[in-house]
Amino acid sequence: MCLAVPGKILETEEHEGNRIAKVQFGGITRQAFLNFVPEAEVGEYVMVHVGFAISRVDAAEAARTYQLLEAMGLLESELGREEPVS
Amino acid sequence: MKYIDEYRDERIVRSLAALVARRVTRPCNLMEICGGQTHTIMRYGLDELLPSQVRLVHGPGCPVCVTPLETVDKAIEIASRPDVIFVSYGDMLRVPGSRLDLFRVKAAGGDVRIVYSPMDAVKLARAHRGRQVVFFGIGFETTAPANAMAVWEARREGLDNFSMLVSHVLVPPAIRLLLGSPHNLVQGFIAPGHVCTVMGYQQYEALSRDFHVPIVVGGFEPADLLEAVSMLVAQLEDGRAEVENQYVRSVSYEGNLPAQRLVESVFEVGDRKWRGIGVIPQSGLRLRAEFARHDAEQVFGVGDISAEEPPECISAEVLQGLKRPTDCPEFARGCTPENPMGALMVSAEGACAAYYHYRRHSIHEVSPC
Repeated sequence: MCLAVPGKILETEEHEGNRIAKVQFGGITRQAFLNFVPEAEVGEYVMVHVGFAISRVDAAEAARTYQLLEAMGLLESELGREEPVS
Repeated sequence: MKYIDEYRDERIVRSLAALVARRVTRPCNLMEICGGQTHTIMRYGLDELLPSQVRLVHGPGCPVCVTPLETVDKAIEIASRPDVIFVSYGDMLRVPGSRLDLFRVKAAGGDVRIVYSPMDAVKLARAHRGRQVVFFGIGFETTAPANAMAVWEARREGLDNFSMLVSHVLVPPAIRLLLGSPHNLVQGFIAPGHVCTVMGYQQYEALSRDFHVPIVVGGFEPADLLEAVSMLVAQLEDGRAEVENQYVRSVSYEGNLPAQRLVESVFEVGDRKWRGIGVIPQSGLRLRAEFARHDAEQVFGVGDISAEEPPECISAEVLQGLKRPTDCPEFARGCTPENPMGALMVSAEGACAAYYHYRRHSIHEVSPC
């Protein structure tokens, strides 16, 4: 129910005072209202919930945390090999 | 898909579980609040990857599951009227009311429709000015801005034939209730990432401080959840009780301010009954008086309907993390997703349904009953 899915803004348009985006999720595109993320731009990723973008995905933070996770993954798999029993 | 696939990387997921195993020295019970997170945990078997000291318990975070029986009865009463188009998110249709569910109303000729967004219901109201269009406005803080926008838009356009049956709930009062219970066994919480995307996480600081409990805002993919578990375990091992944010790519401290402002304009906080738990003070949202003409309870005069829950369902204890779905004698026997006795078996995010779909076989190996 509280699922929100990251999608990429392909284009935006104004419609009766609302800013509406065409958002791509994998192979699917859907409309999403941008009223809650007025500064979102084409090419950015937004989290979409029941037809509304509720946040802009922070690309720099995502990259940083992912690098940390990946480094942890590499480190753990190396350490894991040295451990006889886990 | 970007921002999803990388957080399902098995190597990273296993590494995080190994990291938790290395850090943990004593047993702990950690609760995820959100049903979406419960679903991820069961689907990927994250609980089975973790060391046995770390026990994940599942909180009351599925809005479908906590919508009270009497509200379902109100929905059924309204949806049965010939002048009404009743519009809902799909999950609510199979939730049993006292006697019926919305699917049966639909089968009997009621005009019940499923939509993806509340704005689809506004569109229906625009297209059917001669009929009443009623949207079943359920959800946590994540969904409140979208539902608020639907009401706002209906008023702006003068769509007097649009109304909303509101059953909105708030997460922090439920956590406070759980933590204040003498039966509480939860030592750390994973706060729901999309609720916090909207609301930020400043509200959780008072909870963490008052009950000296670590809280980590977590995302919804396997790596997100295990990283959140790892952060909670680190806090418990260090004797810290802080609010930390794992889901930084979507959640900020202050949350989404335009969304909060709209919710504030349309809804006000009030007491709310939770299915399986009872009334929690100041734990829900209701429409403000100036939106009364869009309040389905008032439009259709169903405010007085009340109902008692079936005594055989143990949802109340499951919702509070006191029992597991498999502790119920009716689990996978008298109660299945096709024929649910309680709401936790209905929604894919309900703990009972999640256990039923992903863990039924291993359960029967462990406890043949």
